[in-house]
Amino acid sequence: MFKKSAVLLVILAFVVALLPACSATSNTIAIGTIMPISGPVSTYGIQSRDASQMAIDEINAAGGVLGKKLQLYVEDDEATPEKTVNAFTKLVTQHKIVALVGGLTSPCTLAIIADAQKRKVVLVTPSSTNDTVTDAGNFIFRACYNDSFQGQVMAKFAYQNLGAKTAAIIFDNTNDYSKGLKDSFTAAFTALGGTLVDTESYAKGDTDFNAQLTKIASNKPDVLFVPDYYSTVSLVAKQARTAGITVPMLGADGWDEIANNAGDEVDGCYYSNHYSPDANDQQVKDFVAAYKAKYNAEPNALAALAYDATYMIADAIKLAGSTDPDAIQAAMMKTNKKFVTGQISFNEKRNPVKSAVILELVKGDVANKPKVVYNTTVNP
Amino acid sequence: MVFLQQLVNGISLGSVYSLIAIGYTMVYGIVKLINFAHGDILMIGAFCGYYAFLWAQGSASPVLAVAFAFLLAMAISALVGVIIEKTCYKPLRNAPRINALITAIGVSIVLENGARVIPFMGPNPRQVSIPEAFKGVFALGGLTISKVQVLTLATSLVLMVVLTAFVQLTRTGKAMRAVSHDMDAAQLMGISVNRIVSITFAIGAALGGAAGVLYAMNFPMINPYMGIMPGLKAFIAAVFGGIGSIPGAMIGGLVMGVAETLTKGFISSKLADAVAFGILIVILLVRPSGLLGKSAREKV
Repeated sequence: MFKKSAVLLVILAFVVALLPACSATSNTIAIGTIMPISGPVSTYGIQSRDASQMAIDEINAAGGVLGKKLQLYVEDDEATPEKTVNAFTKLVTQHKIVALVGGLTSPCTLAIIADAQKRKVVLVTPSSTNDTVTDAGNFIFRACYNDSFQGQVMAKFAYQNLGAKTAAIIFDNTNDYSKGLKDSFTAAFTALGGTLVDTESYAKGDTDFNAQLTKIASNKPDVLFVPDYYSTVSLVAKQARTAGITVPMLGADGWDEIANNAGDEVDGCYYSNHYSPDANDQQVKDFVAAYKAKYNAEPNALAALAYDATYMIADAIKLAGSTDPDAIQAAMMKTNKKFVTGQISFNEKRNPVKSAVILELVKGDVANKPKVVYNTTVNP
Repeated sequence: MVFLQQLVNGISLGSVYSLIAIGYTMVYGIVKLINFAHGDILMIGAFCGYYAFLWAQGSASPVLAVAFAFLLAMAISALVGVIIEKTCYKPLRNAPRINALITAIGVSIVLENGARVIPFMGPNPRQVSIPEAFKGVFALGGLTISKVQVLTLATSLVLMVVLTAFVQLTRTGKAMRAVSHDMDAAQLMGISVNRIVSITFAIGAALGGAAGVLYAMNFPMINPYMGIMPGLKAFIAAVFGGIGSIPGAMIGGLVMGVAETLTKGFISSKLADAVAFGILIVILLVRPSGLLGKSAREKV
């Protein structure tokens, strides 16, 4: 018995001795990122991780920050909030990260903001648009606009550009992103004078929307707002067309990548996004070209945001002149620069003030493969 | 009219639940095991159907390709079902029932997470493209029924009729009923219990596989976790109909599908699952043996 515990003790001693070796050494600065690299929004996660890594590589190639190299530690959360919490704890305790790029989806980010604030880790979410994300405190920033703005943009576009007088919404009742968009769209659309004829919901992971869509079809709206991520949207869209809903469907930035994940059922639909890869802007062109050369794919908007978020953090550390959390936080507040997704400066709630683009899905050259075209830009 | 439309939606969804529920109920009837891995058989069937269709669509007409997808999905699901039975459940047949139940949950977790790491399945959802021949709707007055819904109903109906005929009319079916009634007595009468149990698992899993293909055609996205919710609801359907009773599972599935759809359509979409699980609680309180279940007295 004594022998066994002695062996265990020795093993334990070894593990403890090895642990510090895994964390950042003194000539690197550890940055963490938590992304859904697998699961329902994996396309976003993979591209965001790659874009973040590309930014890190570029910064290191240009001499790093404060004479040190940046090191990116990646964790996968499968877009599940519980896993985000575990990943964050691991990054902070094991790798001693000074800043975090992530999480990606709003529910995941909401799960770790309080902890990040408490532990004084500068958290820059590239793409969590839910309004309440930055409420946890002064260490929480984001690189994207929020849902109140995004919902307003879509409502205004539906009412003014599409001439819609009535609208219906189908949303995910278990997702803060989807709920936030539903609220802001509803408020803005009714304020403009439009009528909401039906609001239906479902839960995360549902696949059968026939009942809700049949009800919506019977209420004959002019547009249908579907604020969710692409994989669910494509299921909803297919069933909506079968249920006889022929009006345009509208979405938000969760629709990014829909063209690669849906067929002709989304033709004639619109969504708001953070940038358009074919915008006539040198910084966008450089980013798209570099990304294509490195990963052989067209970067989506979330990749652009993750790239920007990583640069923001690097710039802040440079400006702060140290890795002291309070100094980085203060330097983040001074951000005022043109990034890939636009000019970014933070307001008092650490939300960037920036514009949105509206993209349209049209029938593509290949059958059943829609094409994304730029429609208009909406300024705040 | 909206009500009729919702009824059609509900029956179509319910017929898929029925097919899955039959698998639960058959296995329970024979070995008194709630096979919680059954929902994951649906997932395996869906993936097999997906790849079978992709492979066949180049060289065959879409209708033939879909038929091939069904056959292959059913065959592989049956095979997987039998392998699981032989390796995981058979050694536990005389162990306390709780052991087998925990094993079933374990098998379910292994299948789900195994599917996550197998490269051609993987953790990311895949879009299923429905062949043109199966797109579109039939309009009857104001009522619309999609071709996939018709296919779902027809396939389920045919499979259920074939199964009922098999169980009622063939020698093997008679042996199954005998084993279900009393395993030891059946063995004494010269019935090979091992063979019958394997056949039961094979049939149950084959129906689960077929349900997987139908599910993937109705809701065209497949991923390793797709079997969990339909599996759970089909389990409730089986309990509702009286676990162990095949007609009970068929009726239970339809009731579940219709109840869920009507709740979404006329009460609130937030309450759909609450109603489904509420039904389970009420049934267990009012009629613990289910709609068509035999109230079996425990032999002391």
